[in-house]
Amino acid sequence: MNPEAATHSIDRRDEIRHLHDGEPAPAANADDGGAGDDDAPLVELQDVVLRFGKKTVLDGVSLAVYPGERLIVLGGSGSGKSTTLRLIMGILQPTAGRVFFCGHEISALGRRELNVLRARIGMVYQYSALISSLTVRDNLALPMEELSDQKPEEIDRIIDEKLAMVNMGNVKSAMPAELSGGMKKRIGLARALVLDPELILFDEPSAGLDPVTSSIVDELIINLTEQTQTTSIVVTHEMDSAFRIGTRMVMLYEGKIIADGPPEEFRHSSNPVVTQFVEGRTEGPILDSTRHHDPKPEQPATTTAGR
Amino acid sequence: MIGAIGRSTRNALIQLGSIYRLLLGMVNELGDQVSRRRPPLRRRVLFEQTDRVGIGSIPLVAMVSFFIGLTMALLIGAELKVYGTERLVPQLIAIAFSRELGPLMTGIVLAARIGAAFTAELGTMTVSEEVEAVEAMGLGPLRFLVAPRLLAITGLLPCLVVISTLAAVFGSFLVSLYYLNIAPGYFFDLTQEGLRVRDVLMGIFKSGVFGLIIGLVACYRGLTVKGGAAGVGNATTSSVVTSVTTVIGTDTLFNILQQALLPNQ
Repeated sequence: MNPEAATHSIDRRDEIRHLHDGEPAPAANADDGGAGDDDAPLVELQDVVLRFGKKTVLDGVSLAVYPGERLIVLGGSGSGKSTTLRLIMGILQPTAGRVFFCGHEISALGRRELNVLRARIGMVYQYSALISSLTVRDNLALPMEELSDQKPEEIDRIIDEKLAMVNMGNVKSAMPAELSGGMKKRIGLARALVLDPELILFDEPSAGLDPVTSSIVDELIINLTEQTQTTSIVVTHEMDSAFRIGTRMVMLYEGKIIADGPPEEFRHSSNPVVTQFVEGRTEGPILDSTRHHDPKPEQPATTTAGR
Repeated sequence: MIGAIGRSTRNALIQLGSIYRLLLGMVNELGDQVSRRRPPLRRRVLFEQTDRVGIGSIPLVAMVSFFIGLTMALLIGAELKVYGTERLVPQLIAIAFSRELGPLMTGIVLAARIGAAFTAELGTMTVSEEVEAVEAMGLGPLRFLVAPRLLAITGLLPCLVVISTLAAVFGSFLVSLYYLNIAPGYFFDLTQEGLRVRDVLMGIFKSGVFGLIIGLVACYRGLTVKGGAAGVGNATTSSVVTSVTTVIGTDTLFNILQQALLPNQ
């Protein structure tokens, strides 16, 4: 992506931020919740507890994510990584504690306000979650047609721009079923970018991809987030991807954050859980612990639509 | 035994509450969109659904109703012929289909054909996180996914009932003409005599309610699918069974209320 396109994307964020209520775009650094202030966290979890029935998934998790970071969330299966992303999107409500995005308490917002904030967050799903009945073009156009006042020509221009960013310019009329896993993932990333979000959440971006495609997706994440100055939170099991993408890492274990720091700290951690996870060893505290726990709690319907 | 009945009743009431919340949530999401001066529904999606529910169901509804109308006319005609009262057949078919069998048969056909498709489609979308993605984009999944389906089936089931009644009357016309030797002109006079505005309006109103029930049950089951492909299969079966039994139960309730409040003169 060229620098002009990146600058255009950042400028357009302010327009989109106020589309829902029809307010004019604010002056630079005059944001409502401190998003323009580099010292204020973009995302903050304060003592978040999440229980599904009797199972405690998150047990007093506190975390602050600052603008420009590429935060990697590590942890075993069922440790609450993807759940954390859903808490940030407001799809799940915490049992206790508070979740903030740009200074707004997500868990206290009504549906309408929440939808306004969601337009400022992009989400890339493990299996892409492209709408299967829509073409690639329509998948990308959907959020713009529904949430913005852009004209059709402008929408088409943005779609071309975002598809070019993920090197997928030639599949506009294809249906999702006609694409490979890696292609779907890139289209998912392009869809997450169309509204120029301030934050992108990645749920297992490398899962199910071959090593080369996985590296391509990793490079895309790095380049796009750097060029568009977007903050990202990446949930992954893949340690190669994690070290390649991350500027900071946290590890969830038994509902708590047990390590938080730059990737180098994780490589040389003295915490036996972290070292076992990073090195992928079978011997260590993680397997001993999982023998006494259910592998994954049964989750309630995750969307408010199905509640 | 009593415990099991209690548990079933409790579950049914919980699900009824969830379906009510789904309807309320959809109305709220539509209201939000209107208050933002945006079209509440995507025209193309609405047309796709109306085409599928309405135009796509015409052959099946017409064929089923034609065969049932023809069979009923044949069997009733054979009995009434013995007593020389076969001229009652056109009236009986007209009354039965305009008031009762038209809405009921069309409801059952649509529960199987459209309700199952809605559940399977939304269920698959739920399992593949498409519904969550729609929600995460801030689009409102109930407005985007449920509203066009619900509007299509609620609005078009009454139209299909009219087609069902016409098809059944045509079936009875053939029997009347070739088996009961009733002249075409006399057949239409008798049919007109049998058709009452009150019955037609009640049938249309009932069918609208049936459409709402089928749509809500199907969408609710689809959006609450758990457990992958097997879950989608179970939800689809459950959706059809629940819709059909609820439609029949509601029809019975309508008939009891109609007889109690507006008895036949």
